[in-house]
Amino acid sequence: MLQFLFRRTFGAVVTLILLSAFTFFVFFSVGDPAMMSCGKNCTADNIALIHQNLGLDKPLPTQYWDFLAGIFTGRDYSIGHCSAPCFGYSFATKQDVWSTLMDRLPTTASLALGGAIAFLVIGLGAGLLAAWKRGTVLDKAVTGVSMVLSSVQIYILGPIVLGLFVYSGVMESPKYVPFASSPAGWFMGLLLPWLVMATIFTAQYTRMSRSTMIEQLQEEHVRTAKAKGMPARYVFLRYAWRGSLIPIVTILGMDLGSLFGGAMITEFTFSLAGVGRLAINSVTTLDLPMVLGVLIFSAALILVFNIIVDATYAFIDPRVRLS
Amino acid sequence: MTSPSQTSDTKTDTPGLGTDGLKKEKDRKGGELVGRSPGQLMWTRFKRDRTGMICAIIVLAFFVVSALAPVIAKLYGKNPYTLYGNDNFDLLDEFGYPAGSNGGISGDFWFGIEPSLGRDVFTQLLYGMRTSLGISVAVTILVVITGTILGVTAGYVGGRTDYWLGRVIDFLLAFPSQLTFVAFMPVVVAIFVPPSDETPTYIRVTALVIVQWALGWMGLARLLRGQVLSLREREFVEAAKITGASPWRIIRKELLPNVVTPILVQTTYMLPLFVTAEAGLSYLGVGIMEPTPDWGRMFHTAGSVYENDPTYLLFPGAAMVIFVLCFNLLGDSVRDAFDPKSGR
Repeated sequence: MLQFLFRRTFGAVVTLILLSAFTFFVFFSVGDPAMMSCGKNCTADNIALIHQNLGLDKPLPTQYWDFLAGIFTGRDYSIGHCSAPCFGYSFATKQDVWSTLMDRLPTTASLALGGAIAFLVIGLGAGLLAAWKRGTVLDKAVTGVSMVLSSVQIYILGPIVLGLFVYSGVMESPKYVPFASSPAGWFMGLLLPWLVMATIFTAQYTRMSRSTMIEQLQEEHVRTAKAKGMPARYVFLRYAWRGSLIPIVTILGMDLGSLFGGAMITEFTFSLAGVGRLAINSVTTLDLPMVLGVLIFSAALILVFNIIVDATYAFIDPRVRLS
Repeated sequence: MTSPSQTSDTKTDTPGLGTDGLKKEKDRKGGELVGRSPGQLMWTRFKRDRTGMICAIIVLAFFVVSALAPVIAKLYGKNPYTLYGNDNFDLLDEFGYPAGSNGGISGDFWFGIEPSLGRDVFTQLLYGMRTSLGISVAVTILVVITGTILGVTAGYVGGRTDYWLGRVIDFLLAFPSQLTFVAFMPVVVAIFVPPSDETPTYIRVTALVIVQWALGWMGLARLLRGQVLSLREREFVEAAKITGASPWRIIRKELLPNVVTPILVQTTYMLPLFVTAEAGLSYLGVGIMEPTPDWGRMFHTAGSVYENDPTYLLFPGAAMVIFVLCFNLLGDSVRDAFDPKSGR
């Protein structure tokens, strides 16, 4: 286990360094970043400030090295010291990138986590139900509905949900309230975004869990358990379900990136100030340090969660050896 | 080329499941029907699948309507650029919303009028679909070509080429795709045009195609690599090698015909994903810009006017749901037709 963690962490760090290097070189070799950030009406003062702050007069590899070193040791800029995880300063807001990220993270984390829990519970539940009642009207209804829902997009469902619940006056507009200050406010504020995200992602998990469940029910160990007279419910939940979890966890691991993408579109639709919306705003203002920060940070998060997902294989399936 | 026993095995995505096609062919050889190619068998099976046929027709209709957008717009007598609200003040009320009920749907404006600008929604949708589908088809073609070449080469050549291609794929998969599309769009645009200038539409289209292509080919390449890895050990490849065929000939004549099925199945699954991704980018405001009509950007407008004019969302939204749903069902049907054993 330890060896596995060490090896995977090392791989993730190498990937991250390559990813940040690639992005950095692409971003900062295209034209003058200072010009890009300023756009059409830019004063010479602004450009000079940006040049100075970023050390843009140095060669590109040196710039990247300074950036990388800054993440671990902090960095001194003319406008002040930027402490340890230093991703530089935003062009647009002149704010520290890392503290802006940390500011926005709770919103996105709550959104993604709550959404994930919702679609896993609903999706797996519906899938299990459909597999349990296979061939009945219920099964057909669940399969049909999930097929249709898997074709709906967040940007189509979002306005409809807003129209049904918010514009009609039933609920307040979705907003992020920190969990610590008001758990009820946190829950109610994010309920609609969760609902939309869950609806979009549920369908895939319903179909997946239904089909793997049906496959598992035809396995020999399940037949043996049935043959020796175990209660059907026990066989279903303990024997078959455990086996069907493996492909679902695999899909979940692959979905982390699109979950983040989904969070981004959801934040945009519901005007929530999360990391995804930060990325969109920074991109439209060509705020490269911010975009770079968001990209590296989310790639790191996804890599960490991928390691966690792979480690859970060992808990679900004892046959899996991590080394 | 290949014997029936080999082609039957490649009818499935998962190696080792394709005995069904084999049996059928053997039956036919003993019976009255002789010598139907795998393609013909697939077509017969596909024709029997009613859902698949209906969906194929609907999907085809989407493409035909998009391709004929200028012709239809001409017959209909309007275009997606004219601000009809400016010419005729009765069309929009004082707040800029359509004056008529249901988003201004009438005999003149079949799908209603766009709020504030007063453009025609029907032609907007036609041209918008054309933009979106055009970009997605271009991405799909590029992705299929790249994925096939790299995947088949890596699988066949093996060794160091395979190893490094695998590392490149791992690396590219570490990019969170949608966020990367958003992040790289302006940078790719800036490669072609300095940020101080106006960006022509074709540059934006090219940039959209490039970013989606760059992060889109890995899945197919990895899948085909696996397939070719097992195919290259088979006797027919060995036979071709012994007869002195060049690697290029083996790839082209022996391996490629055997991976047509997974390519086709993957393509039908990929295209709707690219359509929704492109629409998503335009929705977020980093894709196609005004005034070029775009399917995704209609959702942006629809979202901002939904409170007062919910009808605007109806037609683009319904069209997209129907399109994606039909394409997904079509994908399932294509897979079933190639591989009758796998269940849904």
